[in-house]
Amino acid sequence: MTTASISDAPVDAPRGSQQPARQSLIPGSNPNKFWIYLVPGLALLTLIIIVPLVWNIYLTFTDYRGIKPPEWVGLENWVKLAGDSVFWTSFSNSIAMILAMVVVPTLLGLVLAAMLFDLIGKKFGGKLASFLRATYYLPQILPAVIAAIVIGWILRPQNGALNEVLTGMGLGGLAHNWLGNPNTALPSIMVIMIWVQLGYPIVIFMAALQRVDPELYEAAELDGANWLQRFTAITVSIIRPEIFVVTLTCTIAALKVFGPIYTLTGGGPGTSTIVPAYYAYSEFFQSQQVGYGATIATALTIVIAAVSVVFLLAQTRLERKEEAI
Amino acid sequence: MTTLEALPVTSTIPARTPKRRRGGSTSHKTLGDWAILGVAILIGLLIAVPFFLILINSFKSPADYNSSGPLSLPTGLYFDGMINFWERVNFPEKLWNSFFISSVVAVLAVGVSLLNAYALGIGRVRGRTWIVLLILLANMLPQEVLLYPLYFMFKLVGLYDNQWAVIIIFVVIQSAFGTYLLASVLGTFPKEILEAASLDGANRWTILWKVVYPITKPTLSVLLIFFFIWTWNEFLIPLTFLVSNAAQTVPVSIAVLQGDRLMDVTTTSASALLGLLPTLIFFLIFQRTLTRGITAGAVK
Repeated sequence: MTTASISDAPVDAPRGSQQPARQSLIPGSNPNKFWIYLVPGLALLTLIIIVPLVWNIYLTFTDYRGIKPPEWVGLENWVKLAGDSVFWTSFSNSIAMILAMVVVPTLLGLVLAAMLFDLIGKKFGGKLASFLRATYYLPQILPAVIAAIVIGWILRPQNGALNEVLTGMGLGGLAHNWLGNPNTALPSIMVIMIWVQLGYPIVIFMAALQRVDPELYEAAELDGANWLQRFTAITVSIIRPEIFVVTLTCTIAALKVFGPIYTLTGGGPGTSTIVPAYYAYSEFFQSQQVGYGATIATALTIVIAAVSVVFLLAQTRLERKEEAI
Repeated sequence: MTTLEALPVTSTIPARTPKRRRGGSTSHKTLGDWAILGVAILIGLLIAVPFFLILINSFKSPADYNSSGPLSLPTGLYFDGMINFWERVNFPEKLWNSFFISSVVAVLAVGVSLLNAYALGIGRVRGRTWIVLLILLANMLPQEVLLYPLYFMFKLVGLYDNQWAVIIIFVVIQSAFGTYLLASVLGTFPKEILEAASLDGANRWTILWKVVYPITKPTLSVLLIFFFIWTWNEFLIPLTFLVSNAAQTVPVSIAVLQGDRLMDVTTTSASALLGLLPTLIFFLIFQRTLTRGITAGAVK
């Protein structure tokens, strides 16, 4: 397994060839002396995150309604979870969320950031480029609660703005209850999430692009590389750390998305927009099935952690490879 | 790798580059450039439409809204919706609460991120990948997992319904992201600078404050802005841990009002406008910082 190779690394490092990774970046400073800098962060982490997490894992083996003390039931919740079709529906909706919150915004964000930085910034002036960037970023600064009010009100069936526009364009037949119809609720949420997310990769990628040496571009241009070739060979490879950060943080956000579902649809109609985090919440606080809610949340955490491990290992491996060169 | 193929090229043609530079990258614009600009502006407009709708409907009277719908411009300026909301929720108080919580979180979380990232990115402590992963748990955990346990824990120490409870939680959550990003960036910190500093006899603490901190400042300010805005916009945790009205934040106070029968559409719109203005202003003030970059590698 991939996991084994990393944890074994320190053992065979002295005889192996991975020397550079064992030293701190400051010559003569032993990595172990840096532990003290981690103390405040790890202490807070333990209190606020690790303790609740462990407590939660314990709850997954209990029947707990929030009032009487938890009662040990063994694996009952986990067995129930495996056969729970709502749970599996919620995870398949997560895939839609990954498409809307990771795949589309990252790819589109990469292209738009390069476009703003490279073309609009250089040919039409940096002012215009930063203005457009600020516009793209607008939905990110909107509190989810307020976004939900406005969106709900654009999409609502009676005199909602979208239906009014459609009717005005003679497409009145298309007008309907966007969030109330099981067929359009999820696609509508996906469009909203693309709208919300797009600004985040653009801002991060544009900042990263500052690092790209313009001479590199000019040189490639002289060598006859077209825009797409320059984009993939230079831009993408130089801002790769940021691409990793954006993809991972967005994937985590997509898997645990809660606010927009909570405020816009409550998982409905039926279970058409239910996501794991919302399902856990409704078990926790609406059905008072705290033990089962904890099980859903723990399963979700395991999935998110597994995805993150794969990601971080890939990132570390690439960094090491680069260092070796 | 791709970078390697491209790199040596630069060194071979330094003589030709200055000429091209002067040739003026801003001068010739092709039809394609204008087309791309058009597309970029169109995307911007589409993204801004909902904000435009908030703006025009915030100043309409309910009668105006009912007769002409959400899309028309207001027939006259009507401020009652805004005044109504402002007074009902005691807006200045909510504004201060949000501002206080978000700024304290932003500053403390940046501090914690820097300390963590220094040990992980520059100190390269053993098993750093796994430590980053452990810290990232704060980001990975669905927030509702925290509600029950932290409710009991804060009750126990008397911090329930206290803004510091919310502050501590968000310092941990935000600094997880900050640690991850900063550690990745500091991992590529120019070694020569650190070598020079250590030859000058600087110890670890001095190197952190006199070398790493100033150079990473642009990245730290980006984090500061992100943390402020993200904390400002949080909903579930403030809603759960700040039960008394006087401690609530702006988004919570707006959401709480939504169920209210007395809220007409234009008051709702006005509340949305007032709710987004503070972060918008904050973003516009600091947006220049965002251009300065997220990377420590920017030292040339």
